[in-house]
Amino acid sequence: MPKLIKGVGCPYCGSSCDDIEVLVSDDETKVLEVHNACIIGTNLFHHANDPTRPRLPRKRQPDGSMKEIPYEDAIDYMAKTMLAAKKPLIYGFGSTNCEGMSAIGRIAEKSGAVLDNCATICHGPSFLAIFDNGYPSCTLGEAKNRADVVVFWGCNPMHAHPRHTSRYSIFPRGYFTQKGQMQRTVLCIDPRETDTAKLADHHLMLDQGHDYELFNAFRTVLRGHDIPDVVAGIPKETIKKSAEIMKNAKFCMIFFGMGCTHTDGRNHNIDHAISLTRDLNDHTKCSIMAMRGHYNIAGPGQVWAWQFGFPYCIDLSKGTHAHMNPGETSSVDLAMRDEVDCFVNIGADAGAHFPIQPVQHLKKHPFIVIDPNFNMASEISDLHIPVRIAGVDEPGVVYRMDNVPIQFKAVLKGLPGVPSDEELFDRVYERMCELTNTKPIWLAAKEDRRYPESEAVS
Amino acid sequence: MATVTLKPTKVPELIFEGYSITPDAFAGKTAAQIAALPGHEGKFVLKLGEFFTVSGNGGETAADTDIVIDGDCSRVKYIGSKMTAGSVTVNGNADMYVGGWMKGGKIHIKGNVDSFCGIQMEGGELLVDGDAKNHVGCAYRGDWRGMKGGTIRIKGSAGNDIGTAMLGGTIIIEKDVFIHVSTHAEGGTVIIKGDVEGRVGGQMVKGDMYVLGKIKFMLPGYKKIGTVEKEVDGAKYTFDHYIGDLGERHGKSKGQYVYANLYLKAAA
Repeated sequence: MPKLIKGVGCPYCGSSCDDIEVLVSDDETKVLEVHNACIIGTNLFHHANDPTRPRLPRKRQPDGSMKEIPYEDAIDYMAKTMLAAKKPLIYGFGSTNCEGMSAIGRIAEKSGAVLDNCATICHGPSFLAIFDNGYPSCTLGEAKNRADVVVFWGCNPMHAHPRHTSRYSIFPRGYFTQKGQMQRTVLCIDPRETDTAKLADHHLMLDQGHDYELFNAFRTVLRGHDIPDVVAGIPKETIKKSAEIMKNAKFCMIFFGMGCTHTDGRNHNIDHAISLTRDLNDHTKCSIMAMRGHYNIAGPGQVWAWQFGFPYCIDLSKGTHAHMNPGETSSVDLAMRDEVDCFVNIGADAGAHFPIQPVQHLKKHPFIVIDPNFNMASEISDLHIPVRIAGVDEPGVVYRMDNVPIQFKAVLKGLPGVPSDEELFDRVYERMCELTNTKPIWLAAKEDRRYPESEAVS
Repeated sequence: MATVTLKPTKVPELIFEGYSITPDAFAGKTAAQIAALPGHEGKFVLKLGEFFTVSGNGGETAADTDIVIDGDCSRVKYIGSKMTAGSVTVNGNADMYVGGWMKGGKIHIKGNVDSFCGIQMEGGELLVDGDAKNHVGCAYRGDWRGMKGGTIRIKGSAGNDIGTAMLGGTIIIEKDVFIHVSTHAEGGTVIIKGDVEGRVGGQMVKGDMYVLGKIKFMLPGYKKIGTVEKEVDGAKYTFDHYIGDLGERHGKSKGQYVYANLYLKAAA
C-alpha cells in the first residue's frame, strides 16, 4: 500500500511551502506522486528516484578519471586537505538543513576556514544594508493577512518562487484581505516585462541599474519636494501616483530580489529601500522582505550569526575571532585574488553559479564537492562525496525567507550507507580532532547516527 | 628620526596580513626584533622576516619611526593600519586596508592601493599616487560612524563607495569616481576633480561635496539653489550650489533645516 505523507516541506525555493503531500511506495524508497507543489518542487522529489544517484564518494585519479572510494577514505582526505590548507573556503548551503550548517561550523573553526553561503552571490548585499539600516520586516503570514498594496521590486516570483503569489502575496484571502487579489494593488518595478509585471496593476519599467535614483525619487516625493520630470526613465506623474498608492495603503509590503541586490550599488539599493519603508511608516504601515532564493538560504544566516556573530563571509582563519567584510572575505573576491588554497562546495553548485574566472582560480587547489547529485562542480572536483537529500530523505530544520523556522520531514528512507550532511561533517570533524590530537568540543547526535551501515561499501 | 627599510624578498602564496607594519609596532625595536614581528598568511602565523629583509632600527616612539618599503606590496594587507604617528612610505603598490582605522601620522603609497584604504580613519594623512579601488575612507560594514578625521588624497581615480557614513575629515580624488559618494554621510568633505557616474550624496544628511568634473546621473533629491564662488584645494571656481538629499531626514539649526551641500563646477 503506497503511503500518503501530509504536511511535507518543499526543498526548492524560499517560499518553503509546507503543505505538500507526497505519495511514496510501501517500502518508502520511491516517490510516486507529489501534490500541491509547483512543477519544480514536484521534480525535486522525483529526482530522488533516480537510480543513477551516486552512492559512494568519487576521487579524481592521476589520469583524470573519477574512481569510487569508501567513505572512510573520503573523510580522511577531506580532513587532511582542510587541515593542511592555509585558508580553505567553504561555500554553499543553499540546499541543506540547519543541522548540517551547524556541524560545518565546527569543521570551519578547526580548519581556520572562510565560511560562506550562497547569499554571497544572492542576498548578501541585503545583509549589509540590514547591518547599516535595520530591517523593518514581518512574516509572510502578516503579508498575506494584511497587505493591500504589494510591491515587487527587482524580483519575479512567477518564475523564481512559483507559489509565492498564491500562498502569500497576491491571491490568498487573509484575515483583513478577504477579497484576495481583488483587494490588492500590485506594483511591479522591473526593467523587463516579466510574468510578474504582466500580473501587476502598475508596472514601472525603469532604466536598468537606476533603482537607487528611483528610490530617491519616491522618498523625495514622500517628503513633499519636487523631482525632475523623468527619473530613471519613469515620468514624474507615474512616480507621484505610485507613491500615493503606497501612502494610501492600509499595509504596504515591499518584496525585493536580485534586481536590487545585484545591480550597481547593491547594498545601497536595499539600504534605500529600507529607508523608503521607514518613511512610508510615517503615513501608513509598511514592511519589507528579501525574496530569498533557496528553501533554507535564510538558515545559514540564522545558524552562523548565532555561532559566530555574522551571517556570511565569515573568516575564521585567525582562530581567535571571526572577521567579516564582503569584498574581502566573500567567495568570489577570495577566489579572484587567490586568497584561498582549498575549496569545499556543499549543497550548491559553484561550477554553475560562479563566474568562470573564480572557478578557474579555485581549480588550482583541492576542490571538494558534497552534493547528493552530480552537478557541474562535482564533475570538475577532486573529490565528490554524496549525501542524503535534505527535505526528501533527510529531515531537518529550515528557515523560510521570512526567517520562520520550519521542521521538514523525510519522505524516503534514504540510500543505504549514504550519510546526511550532519553525519558526514561530524565524521570529518572527529577525524580532524584525531589528526590534531584534540578533543571534539561537541558532536551532534552520535548515538543516532545511521552511518555507517555501509552496505554499499562492501 | 629613525628609518626602518623593508625590502620584499618573497611574494606570499596567499596574501600576507602585515598588520605589524606600523610605526607603533616598530617603535623601540631593533631590526632583528622587527623581523620577528607576526603576520598571518591564512591561518598560519609567520614572521615579517620571512617576506622582507629589515634594515635599520625603529625610533624610540612611533613619531620617531619612519618606515620605507622598497618594493611592491600588492599582496600585503593592513599596511599602516591603526597607526597613530610616524610615517610609512611604500615605493610600489599596496593591498587592502592601507591606513585603516588610522589615527595619525603619514602614509605615502607611490603606486596603487586596493579597496578599503582609510576605512574608519580618524586622523593623519594618506597619500596615494596611483589609483584606489572601492570603499575609500568609508565605514566598516554596519557602522554608521565612518571616517572621523584626517585627509585622504588619491591622485588617480577611485571605484565606488567614497566616504560612506563619513562624519569628518577630507577625501580628495584627483581623477574620476564611479558611484556612491558620501552615501549616508553626516559630515566631512569630499572633493572629486574628475567625473562621477552618479549617486552623489544619496541619503546624505550633512557635509560638503565638490565635483569639478561632470555628474552623469544627478540624484532627484538634489535641488539647485544658486551659484557660488569657492576656493577648493588652493584654486577658485564658480559652482552651482545644490542642497539635498531632500528625501533624507535633516536636523535643524536655529530653526532652519541643515542640508548637505553639493558644489558642482558651473559650465564655463
